[in-house]
Amino acid sequence: MIKMWLIVRKELALVFRQPAILRMMILMPLMQLILLPLAADYEVKNINLQVIDQDHSSYSRSLTQKLGASPYFKLVEANGDPAMARRNLEQNKADLTLNIPAGFEKDLIRESETALSIEADAVNGNKASLGCAYASQIIGDFNREVREKLMQLPRFNDFPVIEVRSSFWYNPFIKYPLFMVPGILALLVTMVGGLMAALNIVQEKEIGTIEQLNVSPLRRYQFLMGKLIPFWFLGMVSVTLGLIVGYLVYGIVPRGSLLTIYFFSAVYLIGALGVGLLLSTLVDNQMQATLFAFFIIMFFVLMGGLYTPIDSMPRWAQILSSFNPVTYFIRVLRFIVIKGSGISDLLVELRSMLLFGIVLNVLAVMNYRKRSA
Amino acid sequence: MTIKEFKHVLRDPRSLFFLLAQPVMLMLLFGFALSNEVKESRVAIIDQARDEETKKLTDRLDQSEYFDVMGHYADPSVVPALFEKGAARLAIVFPPHFANDLEHLNAGQIQVLADASDPNTAAIATSYASAIFGAYQDELLGLMKLPYKINIETRMLYNPQLVSAFSFVPGVMTLILTILCTMMTSVAIVREKELGTLEVLLASPMHPMQIVVSKAVPYLVLAMIDVAVILLLAVYVLGVPIRGSLFLLMAENTLYISNTLALGLLVSTITEKQQVAMFVSLVGFMLPALLFSGFMFPIENMPWPLQWISHAVPTRWYYRIVNAIMIKGLGLASIWKETLILAVMTLGLLVLAVKKFKVRLL
Repeated sequence: MIKMWLIVRKELALVFRQPAILRMMILMPLMQLILLPLAADYEVKNINLQVIDQDHSSYSRSLTQKLGASPYFKLVEANGDPAMARRNLEQNKADLTLNIPAGFEKDLIRESETALSIEADAVNGNKASLGCAYASQIIGDFNREVREKLMQLPRFNDFPVIEVRSSFWYNPFIKYPLFMVPGILALLVTMVGGLMAALNIVQEKEIGTIEQLNVSPLRRYQFLMGKLIPFWFLGMVSVTLGLIVGYLVYGIVPRGSLLTIYFFSAVYLIGALGVGLLLSTLVDNQMQATLFAFFIIMFFVLMGGLYTPIDSMPRWAQILSSFNPVTYFIRVLRFIVIKGSGISDLLVELRSMLLFGIVLNVLAVMNYRKRSA
Repeated sequence: MTIKEFKHVLRDPRSLFFLLAQPVMLMLLFGFALSNEVKESRVAIIDQARDEETKKLTDRLDQSEYFDVMGHYADPSVVPALFEKGAARLAIVFPPHFANDLEHLNAGQIQVLADASDPNTAAIATSYASAIFGAYQDELLGLMKLPYKINIETRMLYNPQLVSAFSFVPGVMTLILTILCTMMTSVAIVREKELGTLEVLLASPMHPMQIVVSKAVPYLVLAMIDVAVILLLAVYVLGVPIRGSLFLLMAENTLYISNTLALGLLVSTITEKQQVAMFVSLVGFMLPALLFSGFMFPIENMPWPLQWISHAVPTRWYYRIVNAIMIKGLGLASIWKETLILAVMTLGLLVLAVKKFKVRLL
């Protein structure tokens, strides 16, 4: 036990002796936590809309005004020139073009029917379809107003109306940071815990000092524990750091108990360290480790539901993502922070995380023995 | 010298594997696994009326591809527990006497409760539910022809089927090239520094520039191979067209690759340790590259200081160029500005890197 703590002390001393690495370990999470949630605002707004008004009527003008007044759209000048409008679309200066043909108002009043056309830059399909939907909605409102003005009598008969009222729980103002911060925190803990541990061991491998440790009278588990405990500790520190940043920058206070968060982090870090250890046994130098880690982290991030919902994946991908420990941790952190879920709500996740911790570490230790034998 | 570097790269088949497997994995994941579509949301039905109308509406929801009814309950008090476990994303509450109210008072009220811990999906799922109820209401009204109607015709340019691959293929290219070139070159050079072999090379009769160039060439070649793999996958597996000129696309790629290589070189001159080089590449370049390319995060939603910074990030311009050439089929005439900016950045970085490199030697 004492021997193990000696290694722990040596490792911690090493970490603190390299100020560059220490700075990185603190700076990286801070930067990511501050920047990513600011950037990850997927609400579709600020759509650049240009209106080609060939009608120049009071209706076309008031429709343009109505669109410009909506929070979704920003009007872009196109001087009524279709060629320029097309150029604006090509150069990303505009996302949508609304064409109001000549005779729009006349047709509406005389023929009781008229047409508009919308063109969208659909390279980003999501934005294009939402933009069209918003525009259609506003035009629909405009249509209703016009109709009510034009038809004095007779009014509509009474008919059955279904009224839908919706309410958004936990995040009524649709704030993205509340959703992103716990997710990114989960990722950071993984990187600090798993990746740093892997790099550390591989570094000793590369320099050759690991041989010295291998021939020392230390037991294998003592050595590995001694290596992993400092990173487990650093991982817990990064959780704390993340929660503080979340509070200071975004004012996020976890709804659930801090104890639950630390409990799950402690369990999860065992698995994350297992990943790092396993990684370190599979590679020879830091470059490989970096590449491998990058590969895995990309996979973890993309399949972990950080940016795109897991429910939207096809079945096979959902099964794949259930083998991703980060999936569970992201879910757990989000649930605790946003909804205040307790351990009893998260038993399935807890079981999976424990399982990961055991399986990964056993695998890693077995693999480690083989390689150094 | 270049041959020696090639051998270095080739002698490490595991690294090579990852360098080539990474783009394939990303392309396949983005192509087939990831999507922003919100389908089969689990919805809990809190039916306090249990009449004909609520049954019909529930069936409507269940039949739609967007929803999956996970359970029927009688009491709204179960909702918090369902949300906290993550068992349901939406809860639809029908009040008692729903059909009665609808028939006699002409007003039926439905409450849609959404677990907005994931704001995006909550908003989308709620709008789908409203649309389904709206469609049902329209049927109740019958096909009544409304006077004074404005018809809207929408056209989706460049990507009529709204395939998400169109926007991510250029994004994946941006990402891969940045990782590969910036991180790999910097780590490769710093590694020789760390091991002390760089001194040996510098003491050789070769010009330092030759050493640097020969270090970079293998990664340039690898990057080109990756680009080819990505484009082949994009065209033949995902069905994304290359509408513009392939030659122009490759020329722009070379420009961008030089840019990232110069960045890698710069990183290698200011760091001494591989771990530091890696983190500088990751935090200093990967993160901004990811943030500001406009690929994963919408730039126009960012606060203005971030938008302002984004102009200084090469990936932003590169992503636009690739998008314009591949998807929109535009020529150099429309993207000369972006190209010029990228070229100036590349030149500046190269000059800076070489200067730093020389200073170090003296």
